[in-house]
Amino acid sequence: MLSLNNIEVVYDNVILVLKGVSIAVEAGKITTLLGANGAGKTTTLKAISGVLRTERGEVTKGNIEFDGKRIDGMRPFDIAKIGLVQVFEGRRVFEHLTTEENLIAGGHVVAQASKVREGIERVYSYFPRLKERRTQQSGYLSGGEQQMLAIGRALMSSPRIILLDEPSLGLAPMLTEEIFGIVQQLRDKEKLTVLLVEQNATLALEVADHGYVMENGRIVLEGDAEKLRQNSDIKEFYLGLNEVGTRKSYRDVKHYKRRKRWL
Amino acid sequence: MDFDFTFFALLMTNGVLIGLMYSLIALGFVLVYKATDAINFAQGEFVMMAGYLAVLGAFGVNFWLGLIVSVLGMAAFGFVLERVMLRPLIGRPVVAVIMATIGLAAVLRGIWPMLVGVDTYNITLPISDEPIELGPLLLQPVQLFGAGVALAFLAGFTWFFLKSRMGVAMRAVADNQQVAMAMGINVERYFALAWAMAGLVAALGGVVWSSMLGVDTHLALIGLKVFPVVILGGLDSIVGAIVGGLIIGVVESVAAGYLDPYVGGGTKDFAPYVLMILVLMFKPYGIFGKRKIERV
Repeated sequence: MLSLNNIEVVYDNVILVLKGVSIAVEAGKITTLLGANGAGKTTTLKAISGVLRTERGEVTKGNIEFDGKRIDGMRPFDIAKIGLVQVFEGRRVFEHLTTEENLIAGGHVVAQASKVREGIERVYSYFPRLKERRTQQSGYLSGGEQQMLAIGRALMSSPRIILLDEPSLGLAPMLTEEIFGIVQQLRDKEKLTVLLVEQNATLALEVADHGYVMENGRIVLEGDAEKLRQNSDIKEFYLGLNEVGTRKSYRDVKHYKRRKRWL
Repeated sequence: MDFDFTFFALLMTNGVLIGLMYSLIALGFVLVYKATDAINFAQGEFVMMAGYLAVLGAFGVNFWLGLIVSVLGMAAFGFVLERVMLRPLIGRPVVAVIMATIGLAAVLRGIWPMLVGVDTYNITLPISDEPIELGPLLLQPVQLFGAGVALAFLAGFTWFFLKSRMGVAMRAVADNQQVAMAMGINVERYFALAWAMAGLVAALGGVVWSSMLGVDTHLALIGLKVFPVVILGGLDSIVGAIVGGLIIGVVESVAAGYLDPYVGGGTKDFAPYVLMILVLMFKPYGIFGKRKIERV
């Protein structure tokens, strides 16, 4: 459904951030993109949604296809119109607007006012807590509510795929699980396709169908989520378990530092 | 000294009417600030230009034709200005935009006298200039007309921003451009719309004010007079523009009425600024301005 073919991204004409990334996202599946800070995950998402250009970044090589149509070089609001929406890292709700106004703004591409109304009710059915807060200024919502609002707002344009950037950031584990559960529901009920970027690899691999691991602007590993969970390197470096599957102790680390085998 | 109630009431009504007319000009600042987060320092010059267009558009013959020329001309001017001057500055610091508007102000103040000379032109409203008697008070029809137009437009724009989907989208753009873009909102189009609306209210303000003051380059000074109004009310609040306008109008009028006899005049011009500074000490975002939200 969505495929990145060997893309390179350069910021400010000099800084090479993505060095040939290829990703395929299957329709109706949750695909996750894992990696440490600075690996280029967010840049990848921004390249897809087109907002890269507002940060003086550019896709210099390769191409991005959505439903067989090239979307690299398209303007971000046109990309949103054809059914691809990004949920930004750190929630980024329109702080001075109320919850409901945020949703209305999210449904901007929908032509009919009655469809917007329906969309709002649909979002409330997935996130009942937002309904309680409908007239409250969204800047004063709690972190979890803001994350729900950010996802709900993205759903307003009835996208076929959403790019979720670190929905767990700064949230309590229970809330994170709740939100991930809803994302799974959206996949199952609405046939929504999701590209999920996460640092919390354990959780991401639990909900995802397929996964990629990124490092230094390259994809270093890919496979089914199940397979990745079993991979000993992933276990060691992302899930914090050693070979036997027990929690790692600091003493072992000092003695022996395992080398990543894909480098 | 006895308290002369009639005199006080006269100062108050005068202040209120003038204040509403200030609000109309202030609305121009608010519209641009709401959508683009930048202050248009050329708003006073917009008003001056609108006055010239209203006079010259109809060659001084027909008021209504002049009004239409002015409204359409200013809306188009705002729209084109955004394309030519401001769009290249998108993504640059806000200061760049502000400097550009200051430059634009100087250019407009220079070009119009060059084109049409330095004479003062007059606009006559198609209403009688007989003062209307209201008990002991005499009201100027021009001022009543101006205040009425101001109220109608302030109400209209309030509705637009709170209830219409376009208005909500415009506020979303002001809140976060990048996210708005990712939600499918054509940010550039909304900037253009905001500037066109600023042109439109400048046209109305221009016609109203120039029918009182006449049209020449001094009309541009109205921008400076309205500045304390917007700061006082909060730069992004329409209600703030109304309240700020009323306060400044009344303060000006009352200060002029009671203090001028003692100090020999001129209090009208600085009293609003004194008030502005005092208010900013206690409410740095103005009375109704949106405050930065910080969650703890």
